Amino acid sequence: MQTDRLLVGFLRVGAMVSALVMLLILLFLLLESWPVLSQLSLLRFVVDTSWHPLEGAYNLMPMLSGTLLASLGALLLAIPLGIASALFIVFFAPSYVASLYRRFIELFAGIPSVVFGFWGLTTLVPLIGEWQPPGASLLAGVTVLTLMVLPMVALTAYTALAAVPEELFRNAAALGLSRWGMVRGVALPAARTGIIAGIILAAARALGETMAVLMVAGNVVQYPESVFDPIRTLAANIALEMAYAMGDHRAALFVSGLLLMALVMVLSGMAGLVEKQSHV
Amino acid sequence: MNTNRDAFTLGPLESGPACCVPQPIIQVKNLSLRYGDKIALDNVTLDVFKGCITALIGPSGCGKTSFLSAINRLTDLIPGCSINGRILINGQDIHAANNNVQALRRNIGMVFQKPTPFPLSVRRNLSLPLNEHGVIKKSEVAAIIEQVLQDVGLWGEVCDRLDTPALSLSGGQQQRLCIARALALNPEILLMDEPCSALDPIASGVVEDLINRLQGRYTIVIVTHNLAQARRIANYAAFFWVRERTGQLIEFGRCQHIFESPNHELTAAFVNGHRG
Repeated sequence: MQTDRLLVGFLRVGAMVSALVMLLILLFLLLESWPVLSQLSLLRFVVDTSWHPLEGAYNLMPMLSGTLLASLGALLLAIPLGIASALFIVFFAPSYVASLYRRFIELFAGIPSVVFGFWGLTTLVPLIGEWQPPGASLLAGVTVLTLMVLPMVALTAYTALAAVPEELFRNAAALGLSRWGMVRGVALPAARTGIIAGIILAAARALGETMAVLMVAGNVVQYPESVFDPIRTLAANIALEMAYAMGDHRAALFVSGLLLMALVMVLSGMAGLVEKQSHV
Repeated sequence: MNTNRDAFTLGPLESGPACCVPQPIIQVKNLSLRYGDKIALDNVTLDVFKGCITALIGPSGCGKTSFLSAINRLTDLIPGCSINGRILINGQDIHAANNNVQALRRNIGMVFQKPTPFPLSVRRNLSLPLNEHGVIKKSEVAAIIEQVLQDVGLWGEVCDRLDTPALSLSGGQQQRLCIARALALNPEILLMDEPCSALDPIASGVVEDLINRLQGRYTIVIVTHNLAQARRIANYAAFFWVRERTGQLIEFGRCQHIFESPNHELTAAFVNGHRG
């Protein structure tokens, strides 16, 4: 009883500290962005002519669209590839190939983002540049982000699929289901919650990824007209300008941070909804 | 088809229910089954009669479940498992090169010890195997679903919540859903591996009644550790025993014969509770 109480107390403090840190970060962002938020209407961040913070133009929408487009593009590529990789490991590969391939993906997941950025900058960008100048572009950003979130989607999907109880497959086999029927009808629905959780983690990582995207995306504040146009993401915007920003400019950068945070919160809200709907 | 009917000892002719025809639908000939080097079943020869309930009894590890899984070739999924001997179903060798495993398994339903509905809705549990086997038309699928749920006595309990998760049903309901799922494919044969052992006594009784009602319409092979149950429901019983870690068929015959006047002293000792 005594140790139980101790443990509960310990866990409670731990949980409270984590929640508190989260709240403090939010509070910090709000406080730091307050100088701008209190003077300007929120609408200014949407309707201003452009992002020229020194001249008092604070439109964040081009960067929001850059962030969303890069993340969405990366997810569109990484989700099918990642799930296919996981299915390959669990159901279709011979066991030695499967374990080798899984190791490879784990290794892939451990590569620091700046290395991806470096590779993108020195190899990918010139390659795209030869084809469709300037090279530093939405496409380069999407490609680098895809490589970064792909192992995340693959590993979480793998974990979820590997956790599907063996009996389900025996039952499915006994009903004369084909391998593919089993995968589509039983394994994927059974692993659905885990797979979606992985996708949401990957989405959060893609939205917040800074360095790699900054290095390859060109960082021009604009709405891209094609995938070959440069873009600037919200995260890159903060990293690029933080060093010299002062006053309202600095506060406006914290608004970018708040916006990013809001995006991630929307994502986790969606995750909650998915959780509720699962098993049907 | 009736060539090998006298290859084993049948008890004196007790009168069985009319729905049970002494005509073999499954013929197992000199079946040996190994897992790697370990011989799980040695030289089993046995005929299962059409429309009858055949109970497989014996101590744990005597190869009953292996025997069952060999019939629908579920043993194919176990790495290192090899089979010698022949299994004929309606005269067709199930290992013949032109035999389609999926079609075979469609014709042979299987119910496992632990109720294992798929983590899908009640309706999807039943429609998934139907869709997979080419029954796509919605009205047809719905009709079959209602029919099989009626058959297992679940329709009244779940007809207004077909779209709720199957895992929210009670254990006994889940097991009956699994039986319904097997019946939906309209098989000739039902293999049951201790279908009641994970259920509470009341749910177990319900499932047992259900198995009784299925007799005649389906040929049922059931593994059970509950001797009283075997005695209550089965027409035929096969007694397996394990010798030097190898499963063997000791005796096969009419259920009444196996339980009341077995030929083999091991059988007598087992059914009377002295051994096993």
